[in-house]
Amino acid sequence: MNDTHPDSAIEAAAAVTLDHVRHVAALANLQLSPEEEPRMQRDLNAILSHVAALNSVDTTGVPAMAQVGEMLQGEAVLAGATLRLDEQKPSVDRAAVMHEAPETDGRFFKVPKVIER
Amino acid sequence: MTESATLSSIVTAVRNRTVSATTLAEEHLQRIRLHDQVPGQEINSFLSLAEERALAQAGAVDELARRGDPLPVLAGVPVGIKDVLAMRGAPATAGSAILKGYHPPYDATAVAKLDAAGATLLGKLNCDEFAMGSSNENSAYGPVRNPRALDHVPGGSSGGSAAAVAAGFCAASLGTDTGGSIRQPAAFCGVVGLLPTYGRISRYGLIAYASSLDRVGPLANSVEDAALLLQVLSGQDSMDATSSAAPAEDYVAAAKDPVAGMRIGLPDEYFADGLDPEIRAAVERAADSLRGAGCTIQRVSLPHTAYAVPTYYVLATAEASSNLSRFDGVRYGHRTENPRTLSALFRESREEGFGAEVKRRILLGTYALSAGYYDAYYRKAQQVRTLITRDFLQAFAGVDALLTPMTPGPAWKLGEKVDDPVSMYLADVYTVAASLAGICGISVPSGTTAAGLPIGVQLLAGHFAEAKLLRVARAVEAAENVSEWSAH
Repeated sequence: MNDTHPDSAIEAAAAVTLDHVRHVAALANLQLSPEEEPRMQRDLNAILSHVAALNSVDTTGVPAMAQVGEMLQGEAVLAGATLRLDEQKPSVDRAAVMHEAPETDGRFFKVPKVIER
Repeated sequence: MTESATLSSIVTAVRNRTVSATTLAEEHLQRIRLHDQVPGQEINSFLSLAEERALAQAGAVDELARRGDPLPVLAGVPVGIKDVLAMRGAPATAGSAILKGYHPPYDATAVAKLDAAGATLLGKLNCDEFAMGSSNENSAYGPVRNPRALDHVPGGSSGGSAAAVAAGFCAASLGTDTGGSIRQPAAFCGVVGLLPTYGRISRYGLIAYASSLDRVGPLANSVEDAALLLQVLSGQDSMDATSSAAPAEDYVAAAKDPVAGMRIGLPDEYFADGLDPEIRAAVERAADSLRGAGCTIQRVSLPHTAYAVPTYYVLATAEASSNLSRFDGVRYGHRTENPRTLSALFRESREEGFGAEVKRRILLGTYALSAGYYDAYYRKAQQVRTLITRDFLQAFAGVDALLTPMTPGPAWKLGEKVDDPVSMYLADVYTVAASLAGICGISVPSGTTAAGLPIGVQLLAGHFAEAKLLRVARAVEAAENVSEWSAH
């Protein structure tokens, strides 16, 4: 993917290529079928051309907001900023958890070999 | 017991033993079995029934009633749970093939609270896959039909939760709302849907879509029922660090307070082009009845409204791309057959398990977060989110609540928008701004179109201002009931 300057990125985005789609799919661990790729390309372009409207908003000096708790500063009680005590507690029963796994020996989740000898 | 009996009347009947919780549970389960899957007219609102757990709970409630012991506040009330919430004794699919057959070994906090309050948990409700959608057509287990008009969508993503209440399959339900997913289906199906303030109800046990936006809330037949459920569900939870310590209030009592003297704002931007005239008329009727009840009605402006949909679709998809990385075919859910390598296991399991809309949103979110685009999309959207939230804070400095349309038009026909994701996203224009700002809101039924499709009006109030919100909502509902009576 080309290095794009942030300010021009939204305009440039009007043209998501099939290579972009494949690159992003790889980043997201998705294996798109050959039929899906052009459809996703079309949809991403349609959505991103609508998103381009954000470019017209002046956000100079405006702080980024990750979640609403930040807007309730000074009211930490309301903002849900408290963490529970770090205490030892029994966790969910291991057998119940392993029962849900597609492949397991009862102790570990089994996956294909990562390193060949 | 009539299909729309209030929750408190159900509890009273169970307490007085005029009906048993077991009979109620059996009647509702039977109604679902007979009417939810009629061939050609499938409402398809329930994905699974938790018969064993429901009857055990109802039996325990009946035993308390028989002994004359005090009953919990939702004793015997039959409820349904959106399938994105974990509930012991039932699968949790999130409407996705990737979680087919997954049985969570614990209860979500909201589910546990309903259980502790004596409610009968009937089963799990259909929804758009991972709560991504506005029509419930994205479920891997088939679409839900609108019980009020079977060839129409029920809305989404909590389409099953709204349809099941509207069809009388349960007295109330739990839904979730990330960008409108409780309020919009409530409007389409003619029921009440409450979006609590971000932090008001714990999300522990909710299969996450977009964590800075996801909320759990009730759908019910009346504002009073929604208030009672909110009272039960609210409160801080050590298992959800974003849950607020703000004390739960007596929302049922608060909803009954008179509204005279309250200031209601009509945001100009919510009455722009594209609003269906019948819906506009319903909002104007609600404004008139609030004025008649002694409220002052004034125009307000939320200048960044037009940017809410693009902001939402950048932020929600970015968060989704991260949250949904946990579905990898290793610990639970679908795994591809005979993967050659670990990375093939991830990629192929996800390709087979996710539907088109989920892939679309994961791709969009990954794109928005990828190198070179992060500032232009993700950071920019976060900044616009601040501006949208400031608009609301400024408005609520001058008014107690806002009155708006819930949706630009009534429920559309099944299949009408499935090939056009942008037009589906644009239908969220009145819901997503409140989601981004974290404020509370509610959809209140407000008559029907000439074609008989339900209309909902939206009320919005500030952070943790649910008491005010419910007061105004109840006044709108009361006026609506009066006009319905006089029309008959």
